[in-house]
Amino acid sequence: METKDKVKIEVPIYSQLHANGNAPEYLFWVGSAGAFDDRYTKVTRDFVKILHHLGISYGVLGVEESDSGDAARRAGNEMLFQMQAMMNIEVMNAYEVKKIITCDPHDFNTLKNEYPDYDGKYEVWHHSQFLEMMLEEGKLKLSKKALAGKKITFHDPCYLGRGNKEYEAPRKVLDSLAENRVEMKRSKSFALCCGAGGAQMFKEAEKGNKEVNMERMEDVTETKCDIVVTGCPFCMTMLTDGIKFSEQEETMKNMDLAELVALELGL
Amino acid sequence: MLKQILFSLSLLMTLGIFAYSFKRYYLFFKLTKPFEIKDFGNRFKIMMNVAFGQKKILRKPVVGLIHALVFWGFLVITIGSIEMVIDGLFGTERVLSFLGGFYSFIVASGDIMAAFIALAMLIFLYRRIFGKVKRFDGIEMTHKSHMDANIALSIILFLMISLIGMNTFYVAEKLSSNEAVLGVYPVSESLAGLVTSMSYSGLYIGHEINWWAHILLIFFFANYLPYSKHFHVYSSIPNVLFSRLEPLGQLYNMESITKEVKLMMDPDAAFADPPAEEEGEIEKFGVKDIEDVSWKNYLDSLACTQCGRCTDVCPANITGKKLSPRKIVMNVRSRMDEKGPGLIKNGADFSDGKSLLGDYISPEELWACTTCNACAQECPVNINQPSMIIDMRRYLVMEESSAPTELNNIFQNIENNGAPWQYSQDDRMKWAEDLFTNA
Repeated sequence: METKDKVKIEVPIYSQLHANGNAPEYLFWVGSAGAFDDRYTKVTRDFVKILHHLGISYGVLGVEESDSGDAARRAGNEMLFQMQAMMNIEVMNAYEVKKIITCDPHDFNTLKNEYPDYDGKYEVWHHSQFLEMMLEEGKLKLSKKALAGKKITFHDPCYLGRGNKEYEAPRKVLDSLAENRVEMKRSKSFALCCGAGGAQMFKEAEKGNKEVNMERMEDVTETKCDIVVTGCPFCMTMLTDGIKFSEQEETMKNMDLAELVALELGL
Repeated sequence: MLKQILFSLSLLMTLGIFAYSFKRYYLFFKLTKPFEIKDFGNRFKIMMNVAFGQKKILRKPVVGLIHALVFWGFLVITIGSIEMVIDGLFGTERVLSFLGGFYSFIVASGDIMAAFIALAMLIFLYRRIFGKVKRFDGIEMTHKSHMDANIALSIILFLMISLIGMNTFYVAEKLSSNEAVLGVYPVSESLAGLVTSMSYSGLYIGHEINWWAHILLIFFFANYLPYSKHFHVYSSIPNVLFSRLEPLGQLYNMESITKEVKLMMDPDAAFADPPAEEEGEIEKFGVKDIEDVSWKNYLDSLACTQCGRCTDVCPANITGKKLSPRKIVMNVRSRMDEKGPGLIKNGADFSDGKSLLGDYISPEELWACTTCNACAQECPVNINQPSMIIDMRRYLVMEESSAPTELNNIFQNIENNGAPWQYSQDDRMKWAEDLFTNA
């Protein structure tokens, strides 16, 4: 890649924007995994670079953002979930947030479908949907240089796919990035879970004869892909582990959709 | 006249037993919790699509198509059954034939579909008995479950054989007496040649035997269904009509918790809105036993025909965990059969010392769920298994504080520092440090 000038990004924070009388168009919801999961912070950073590249008016809540409560709710702790939801909604409503983008399909689902029960009504976009819209509007221009000669496959996150019936957006983005995208034998509404949903991410699996991510890895391996693309922090953890435990680190990578876009744009 | 009397008596008996079963289920439903249903326009569309259009069963194209054809065949054959009831009551013969071309269309399709359904039943029976279809097995699939399936399939097989027999003897009888055949019977007309050598009275008796066999089998089947897994013949269409409309990812809100959390977060509300209204029983959080489930959950359990498509796609089940979504649904129905009568007789305080959660369903099963919704996606009759699992987790966590240790840790972390991990809330922007991009 040719050498370019590096520019430092100062991520705009709502509290400061608000103090200066600015109201950005989008709230970028970072999410707990996006903020703290080592691997996923890289995705967060890449996505922010894309937002800057596109000149999007956005802000983040920073320390005012708290966990969405998704995992707590699915683990049965409705009380904790609702406290988290109401706390976050109070903050977002005070800033008059209208539109939200997030890289986490779990938070996407919770914010979009579950927060309205507590007066948190927003237009919520998963980053794959947002990137697809930018493509459609011609603001995001992609070519297929960075992934030339690479074979890729997309693993549907349950909460984007079955949970919210979004199968096409990530595929459309990927098809403008790569020539060679293949489907796994179980894909779209038939896709197999990575094993981390419903708060499984945070606990040991129950006794069985196999880990769910290794079962899914068999589908991935069968495609002989170079890159398995995910759009979810939990799927990323599970499949990155899957690649490691199936000893395919030499030949296969797990990357987020946003990382591929940033790579192509040379950000 | 004797035939009419005999027929009326058997119909009356059928309806009597049916009314008994209906009342039993009505009383069971009265034990369940309310569940709000809105937006019938949308529901109607789903019913046309998923029930009458068989959209979801066709996700397995081959066996799905056979089922869809059986279902559509049943719809046309049912019109013929209604005609038989009228004929039986009033001593008429093929009373709906005045419908002319439409009648011919209906009975001709019924005749062809009957032959197809008979063949389909043989295929289904073969698959169940000799085929190694994995999803027909599992810990919840007892000998009784398998017998039930084979009995139901066999009854349908004999229903179809008697229907074709009836049509065949009817056509032969008319031909031998040079009378007009009412309606068109593509399959039976070709079979009629096999029996035309019989005497007229032989043909008459042949027709009567098949007519009675067919209608009595219908009467028996109608009353067998409420006690069979094949109850889905009745319950699946309403169940699809009452499908959840929300995206699969969304969980139902617990209003009772919302009230409490609002009180906690806004101390003023405690004084403004005294909770004096809700007297009596203290509400239990989540589902422990059968009286805690909603009527929709219970209807789900009655619509389940144990096909196992849910369990077949469950990531936990595939990888050898104890969870089987089908078992959860079947357990709801069996538990009602067990505890329902006692609750009806002795009132809401009745206890038999057992419960759905614990004696039927173990926490280990519940904690294995990834809430991926593959089961709900796959269910041909739109059963929602994850909502039952989450409701029982809610009981375990909020009433018994018995979540797995790791989950208790994330609850604590979320409460204390706003993230499932032990990071400080102040570090939420750390990811943004030293962020450079190429200009």
